[in-house]
Amino acid sequence: MKKCMAILMAALMTVLALSGCTATQVDENALVIGGIGPVTGVAAAYGQGVKNGATLAVEEINAAGGVNGLQLAFHFEDDEHDAEKAVNAYNTLKDKGIQLLMGTVTSVPCVAVAAKTAEDNMFQLTPSGSSVECIKNDNAFRICFSDPNQGAASAEYIAEHQLASKVAVIYNSSDVYSQGIYETFAAEAAARNLTITTAEAFTDDSATDFTVQLQKVKESGAELLFLPIYYEAAALILTQADNMDLDVKFFGCDGLDGIIGQLGDNAALADGVMLLTPFAADATDEKSVAFVTAYKEKYNNEIPNQFAADAYDAIYTIKAALEDAQVTDATISMSELCEKLKVSMQNITVAGVTGTMQWDASGEPTKDPKAMYIENGAYKAM
Amino acid sequence: MSFLSYFITGISLGSIYALIALGYTMVYGIAKMLNFAHGDVIMIGGYVAFTAITTLHFPIWISICISILACTLLGVLIEKVAYKPLRKASPLAILITAIGVSYLLQNVALLIFGSAAKSFTSVVPKFSLDLGFSITGETLVTIVVTLILVVALTLFVNHTKSGKAMLAVSEDRGAAQLMGINVNTTISLTFAIGSGLAAVASVLLCSAYPQISPYTGAMPGIKAFTAAVFGGIGSIPGAMIGGVALGIIESLSKAYISSQMADAIVFAVLIIVLLVKPTGLFGKKHNEKV
Repeated sequence: MKKCMAILMAALMTVLALSGCTATQVDENALVIGGIGPVTGVAAAYGQGVKNGATLAVEEINAAGGVNGLQLAFHFEDDEHDAEKAVNAYNTLKDKGIQLLMGTVTSVPCVAVAAKTAEDNMFQLTPSGSSVECIKNDNAFRICFSDPNQGAASAEYIAEHQLASKVAVIYNSSDVYSQGIYETFAAEAAARNLTITTAEAFTDDSATDFTVQLQKVKESGAELLFLPIYYEAAALILTQADNMDLDVKFFGCDGLDGIIGQLGDNAALADGVMLLTPFAADATDEKSVAFVTAYKEKYNNEIPNQFAADAYDAIYTIKAALEDAQVTDATISMSELCEKLKVSMQNITVAGVTGTMQWDASGEPTKDPKAMYIENGAYKAM
Repeated sequence: MSFLSYFITGISLGSIYALIALGYTMVYGIAKMLNFAHGDVIMIGGYVAFTAITTLHFPIWISICISILACTLLGVLIEKVAYKPLRKASPLAILITAIGVSYLLQNVALLIFGSAAKSFTSVVPKFSLDLGFSITGETLVTIVVTLILVVALTLFVNHTKSGKAMLAVSEDRGAAQLMGINVNTTISLTFAIGSGLAAVASVLLCSAYPQISPYTGAMPGIKAFTAAVFGGIGSIPGAMIGGVALGIIESLSKAYISSQMADAIVFAVLIIVLLVKPTGLFGKKHNEKV
């Protein structure tokens, strides 16, 4: 009886193992791109944007005949903006047979996953992972600005356009993104004769009550409050600042993208908020218009945010690099593909919706930041 | 004037801690257990109120009542299912169960509502009082509600039959049973009241900081637990004083020392208080009689 059972189990396992094999080979003639980002959780607006933008780009490319005759397949996993979950998501994607990675979306998970892709020698292009460590390995590149870049560019923009001379900062000292921007902002501000009247910190554990910090900002006599933080905390800051009639200008980086939705019924509070972002949905150049129209059509009239644009550009960048490397074999191993793409990334110039980009070996793109302000729930170029 | 406004901010923060701490202290005082799931009952209460107000468009008063009712039922249910079978088990087993319930509630909320924070519409009509410094409506309402509840609870415990039964159970469970007090009913009642308080706290917490996520209750829960220990766990006025003191310390250290160090300072003060007075500010010392 026991023997019968054993044979049965063995047979069952073989069947399961075989079915597992066939499940992973979706399409013989497709290159498989993985994507990771938070589609739920505190940074869900970013991950959702990236997922939608990338899916749109992949569909467009496939409809137009693919890359060098190859179709692209795209698999996306949620990481909830959590490093551990991101690494799990990466392992899941590897099981699904991805050959290169477009991700991750936020900095902390991105650093964790970057260590893994370097180990595996998998090509990685992050649309929006902005901390320095995200692309410290030579297999990783990015579409967005780095944190130091954003901090310095913000100070530069504020000084050049004379938005204020006295600036206060509220930043999240437990977040590498926020801390990174703050540090370079402070350095650049000093170089440009901007006075930082007060720099107040909070942590992920105390990200609900900002009244004391805001009172100190008010007393310091600042004309502008710089918020290098994510939109959830920023929404609370705007609400509490409104309660105490704090009269300052607000200036933030790409992390503020998503704040209009987060404010819900109080969306009017976001009016006048300025942010540094490489993409505006109301831009009138041909590329942006085409992208925004296609995006709205596909996703119930939703207006794409900067993250959707970053991801859209990321997929087209991958396409350009694949063409430059003349990859025509869909079964190419991830390591071999990585070696080819690393070289090609430095040859290509991509004119995307977030600007015209070129890369060097560091993986950092060259492009100009743009500043936007919010008016009646929409971004306007400044 | 700025000192005063920091002080008021501290009181407003502290009265929310106090309101949550009441729940901890009630349950600890009577059932002699740390209900670590209290913070998450608050979170569930917040979601119930959120659903009632935003999705079902019920009037605010009805929504608050629904939230109180739901939390009370949830509290009694948790007690019946998770804690009652362990009444004779070691305190450590019950503590671990409470932590388990806490994670269970968080993950259920994650499954149902997702982990993105939802924006909560304040139940307090928007107004602020300007006395040289400004107080928001939420702050005033929180302070008043907390005061009323502390007085009401103290009266209830000292002057009603069920309240006295609670005191008796807290003093000596075995003797209370011998005197004809139904210990199980009394403990259930304690959980019902504690969880009802959690619902009130949740509505005020989510109004003051208008967002709700599955982790909304976690950190305030730990701070309020600290407040309860600070004031002397088991003592109702102690929870109030402990909560407000904690809020003021937090607010002043953010203002005058460092916003980055605020939490470290709060917990350092707790350690010092416990070193000097191990039972907390209002805690009673129990002498073991042989």
